[in-house]
Amino acid sequence: MKYPDFNQTVPIDHVGVEERVSRLNKRSIKKDSKIQALKMALSMIDLTTLEGKDSPGKVIQLCQKAKQPHPAVPDLPTVAAICVYPNMVSVAKNALKGTDINVASVATAFPSGQSPLSMRLEDTKFAVAEGADEIDMVISRGAFLNGEYQLVFDEIAAVKEACGDAHLKVILETGELHTYENVRKASDIAMHAGADFIKTSTGKISPAATQPVTLVMLEAIRDFYYDTGKMIGMKPAGGIRTAKQAIQYLVIVKETLGAGWLNKDYFRFGASSLTNDLLMQIVKQQTGHYQSLDYFSND
Amino acid sequence: MSDTETKEVPYKPTSPNSKLDFESVWEYAPAPQTSDFVEVKDRYDLFIGGKFVKPSKGRYFKSTNPATAEEVTEFAEATQKDVDKAVKAARKAFEGEWSKISAKERGKYIYRIARMLQERAREFAVLESMDGGKPIRESRDVDIPLVAAYFFYYAGWADKLEYAFPGKKPKPLGVCGQIIPWNFPLLMLAWKIAPALACGNTVVLKPAETTSLTALKFAELVQDCGLPEGVVNIVTGAGQTGAEIVNHKDIDKIAFTGSTQVGKIIQKSLAGTDKKYTLELGGKGALVIFEDAPIDQAVEGIINAIYFNQGHVCCAGSRLLVQEGVADKVIQKLKDRLETLVVGDPLDKNTDIGAINSKEQFETINKYLELGVEEGADIYQSKCDIPENGYFIRPTLFTNVSQSNRVVQEEIFGPVLTVQTFRTADEGIEKANNTPYGLASGVWTDKGSKIFQMGSKMRSGVIWANTYNKFDPTSPFGGYKESGVGREGGLHGLAAYTKI
Repeated sequence: MKYPDFNQTVPIDHVGVEERVSRLNKRSIKKDSKIQALKMALSMIDLTTLEGKDSPGKVIQLCQKAKQPHPAVPDLPTVAAICVYPNMVSVAKNALKGTDINVASVATAFPSGQSPLSMRLEDTKFAVAEGADEIDMVISRGAFLNGEYQLVFDEIAAVKEACGDAHLKVILETGELHTYENVRKASDIAMHAGADFIKTSTGKISPAATQPVTLVMLEAIRDFYYDTGKMIGMKPAGGIRTAKQAIQYLVIVKETLGAGWLNKDYFRFGASSLTNDLLMQIVKQQTGHYQSLDYFSND
Repeated sequence: MSDTETKEVPYKPTSPNSKLDFESVWEYAPAPQTSDFVEVKDRYDLFIGGKFVKPSKGRYFKSTNPATAEEVTEFAEATQKDVDKAVKAARKAFEGEWSKISAKERGKYIYRIARMLQERAREFAVLESMDGGKPIRESRDVDIPLVAAYFFYYAGWADKLEYAFPGKKPKPLGVCGQIIPWNFPLLMLAWKIAPALACGNTVVLKPAETTSLTALKFAELVQDCGLPEGVVNIVTGAGQTGAEIVNHKDIDKIAFTGSTQVGKIIQKSLAGTDKKYTLELGGKGALVIFEDAPIDQAVEGIINAIYFNQGHVCCAGSRLLVQEGVADKVIQKLKDRLETLVVGDPLDKNTDIGAINSKEQFETINKYLELGVEEGADIYQSKCDIPENGYFIRPTLFTNVSQSNRVVQEEIFGPVLTVQTFRTADEGIEKANNTPYGLASGVWTDKGSKIFQMGSKMRSGVIWANTYNKFDPTSPFGGYKESGVGREGGLHGLAAYTKI
């Protein structure tokens, strides 16, 4: 494959990006299309716990939620994956045995990535050996901002190799890249270096996922698809808490990349509290009433 | 080829080669705007001297909803006698009560109109979409907010005219005859009435025959706000009624927005009279996209430039000039983007492209589609479904066209874009300027200096950079060459209604 010259910048007009997002946000999603969207969003969640205090008990509890989001409503999809630290991969893997829910693990010295590459690769290999189906890595933002694009590229390629059969999601940490042009460039580097997914954020930096940033990344995915025919997935993560926001993201995906990307193989939400809002809205759509939050399990 | 029109049109309506699939998996359910709260009478009379009066000959004409081809209401046909009555009422008000009111009070009336328009915004938006076919998203988010903004803006000037024109003593012109088109019915009314009233004039306004509804609702609002009788008069009718206004001896100024063809006729009739006039006429705007442009945002700009309001926009960017290096990419992206435009019921909140305003215009656009194909252009249309009833046209691209094609030269006034390429900036400028029109154009580049270079060489009244179809009351609007005479909006628009 021919790589673009990453020193060249793809111009992005931020006014235009934000205008496009606000126009997409005006889509009115009602009735059947709303129920469908809510269920679709649920099926795309990477249910996440990434805290220092995570314990096997907490992770098992989350896996239970993943398998059975809301027993009161039958026929609900399960979430796409559970996302945990490498130490918790085996716990999650065990808890999810017999389901098609994936275990995703952040690796590469998440969230800062500030360790030698050899250690980041070890981290990745460990998580894969523990049974992780997906690896969420972070790029070296310092190197990126310093213009060391080749280094960033090589590191991603090395992690990809360490992943083996596991899918690689590359976290750009867009909140630290500051411009849409940087987001675009980091997306291009990640995709050319072998990312299966590109992901906005670790969730540890504010701002995390935003819709304009997501649009810019989806447009990068579209251009990559035009050029290579390869479909790359997208995962906004952090800050997506409401069903309304989730549906807005789905509209952006639908009208930028189309039907091919509207499934968990190509689109994920990195979120935790989103699940219950989706469930609450699904129940509202079915019964016409909002239920108390007490009816939904907190995990 | 499931298309119902296939048998009627000689061209193949769709040639889908978009790369992405936007259809399957998830479709938007209908999201109709409720319209049961708006009241539409069976028939509307003329609004003269503060009252609704029957037309002298008792004739009415039907108005249809272009989305369903069903009748909405009837409007009165104003004859010479009615126009004369309206002018007399306007003259009486001009010489009487209106001229005795202080400028500050005059301003207050205009503010009141603006506020009442905001209060009744949704009602006006629904009526605008029902009567004219434009999507509710646009009438709700663009037309009506701009209408209020123009009234607010000019209300502010009413008592500050001496500051607008320092060292002068601005005086009103008198009775203004105003003739407006069907593409932005209430907005064009605002562009005409707001500055006229701010400067102390009185008006006789004729809305377009296919879209008079919101003007008559506006007349009700004028009654409700207590504006002195005769300051605003609204007469409905077709071309003949317009001609009666243009030729009336006691009118001091004509303001017309419409086709270049009619503009020329008006200019001829006004020759040798002392009437002042402003004409805002047709256009064939060029969109110049350079290789260094932010391409995805430029594509959005193109969509906004040509498919806004079904392309019924005098300043529409209907000629795309794209630099050769990025032409294939831009065209591919445009084709994919076309597939996501929702065409259909104007009252559905998700509709991007509504109904063509009238049967007549529908036929005109279809003729141009046939003509383009006959001229050898490649036609590309979105493969979207369109409603069976009413007048709808799929968003269309013509590629493989040249300057010498009629579809490139003539104003189509529909959702039809022609695509040409250029190599150098000079060639881009030459092609952009090679038209009898000069209303608006756009340029897309990442480079600021190029924007100024292009801006100083492109011959059009408005030049948008990295955006298109943005309007603001403070900004003058008007054309070069056959796109018109005079400016509306901003201080320029104020000057057009004063003797200074």
